[in-house]
Amino acid sequence: MSQNIRTYPGLRPLSILFFLWLYLPIGVVVFYSFNDNRLVSVWTGFSTKWYAAALENEALMGALEISLTVALISTLCATLIALLAAIVLTRATDMKFRRVSETVVNLPLLLPEIVLAVAVLILFSQIGLTNGLLKLVLAHTAFCTPFAFLPIRARLQGMSLDFEEAARDLYAAPFTAFRLVTLPMILPGVFAGAMTAFVMSMDDFITSNLLNSGGATTLPVYIFSLIRQGTTPELNAISTLLIAASLLLATLVLILNARAMRRS
Amino acid sequence: MSRTFRFWGLVPAWALMLLTLIVPILIVAGVSVAERGAYGGFDWGFDITSYRQILFTEGWTDELEFDPKYLAIIARTLIFAGAATAICVLLALPVAYYIAQQSARLKIVLLYLVTLPFWVSMIVRVYAWLIILGNDGLLERVYRLFGGADISGFLFTPGAMITGMVYSYIPLMILPVYASVEKIDPALIEASHDLYGGRWTALRRVILPLAAPGLTAGSILVFVPSLGTVLEPMLLGGGKQLMMGTLIQTQFGGARNWPFGAAIAMVLLTLVVIVLLLNARRATRQAEVAL
Repeated sequence: MSQNIRTYPGLRPLSILFFLWLYLPIGVVVFYSFNDNRLVSVWTGFSTKWYAAALENEALMGALEISLTVALISTLCATLIALLAAIVLTRATDMKFRRVSETVVNLPLLLPEIVLAVAVLILFSQIGLTNGLLKLVLAHTAFCTPFAFLPIRARLQGMSLDFEEAARDLYAAPFTAFRLVTLPMILPGVFAGAMTAFVMSMDDFITSNLLNSGGATTLPVYIFSLIRQGTTPELNAISTLLIAASLLLATLVLILNARAMRRS
Repeated sequence: MSRTFRFWGLVPAWALMLLTLIVPILIVAGVSVAERGAYGGFDWGFDITSYRQILFTEGWTDELEFDPKYLAIIARTLIFAGAATAICVLLALPVAYYIAQQSARLKIVLLYLVTLPFWVSMIVRVYAWLIILGNDGLLERVYRLFGGADISGFLFTPGAMITGMVYSYIPLMILPVYASVEKIDPALIEASHDLYGGRWTALRRVILPLAAPGLTAGSILVFVPSLGTVLEPMLLGGGKQLMMGTLIQTQFGGARNWPFGAAIAMVLLTLVVIVLLLNARRATRQAEVAL
């Protein structure tokens, strides 16, 4: 019997254990969200009453509204800024400051978020900005930009210049060529980038928690305050709804990415 | 591309980063040497009290006494982040290697499964561990079920915090390690076998050196956010075992010592920049060797 020398003993069970461990916490939260009992870890029966309680929780719905507002505006701004920057940085290869500009766009990914959060907190207090929503939008737009930038840049780099040149040869103005040729081709990348930015904004805790003032409490910050009061089945129901939403968006992004890769 | 578009296309990105990131960090540097205000906040000035406070406390008669309280927090941050990174390396190498050996279809599915939890809100992921490790939680129940003693106290330990950090950041290690392991030519392993090298020789002399770029990239991706982590120490560490991220956070919340918080933030920033610069230097040196 010849053994495959590329494999190692124990690799398979270890990997299976790893994947079980990876999904155990998510499974536990989802499972206990259907628990009838008030106590989180004492299973007494199946019930969906905690979902009803969550949907009737006005503070929760208020936080969700803030989160959605901030995430939608930040995503829109971040995607536009990232799209413009990505076009310039991939097409004008001979440009001065190209590497510096790329680093600057990706800076929020390189530095610890708590430092950036403290920095904007001090800035806003110095310039006297008190509108909680505006503070969140500005800070979120900044850290969402690299998440929008990277997929768009990848798409632009993977795309042949021939199509754009053909359009220009047929006397299309630069903007027309962009609108009718380039934009449709990079659209999967733009959507992937926008959705990643949206998820990052919805999920953010560190920055939103530090800037939490003026009635602008986001969903993760509200959930944190609930956790501080103790674990409840309602918290599990809220978490499960969030997990479902995240997984749905993640699947969409991964499908878009896969499709974009297949086409190029 | 026209010169005007080249310029104006980058203006929004630069303006955003200057306004919300570069200038604010310079202000943080300024605040770290400012004086603490009487009612929170700060007064501009030049005063190194905040940095001195990291090492010394002031006694009754203004004499300085060495106090390792904050140095211990910095050391703990480095040790915990290092431990989380090391565990991620030990987990990611076999898992990434296993994924790389599967069929093309299964590879995609498994990589999808690795990235999926990463999309779930950070607060939910940390909360899930709270349920598992908490008092009368899942782990204690399972332990009792198998006849274990009536134990408690998994939560609020370094182990709980490091588990949470590993869980949060492991995809950032697996993906780059997979990228480098997947490229390993099977012929190289066969060659080591033909030269009478066993499996472990192949691991040590072929796989590990070829996986090294992925391991370094992954280590940085895990180590840097681990240094600034906030949620795990607050929820899984119970706020008793402070790390730098939580220490900074409390200075801008309850403790209200902005200059000291800014000073700690500058120390954290410096540590991260050192890691990034060391990595950049290593990368250029490797490029020089390759040339």
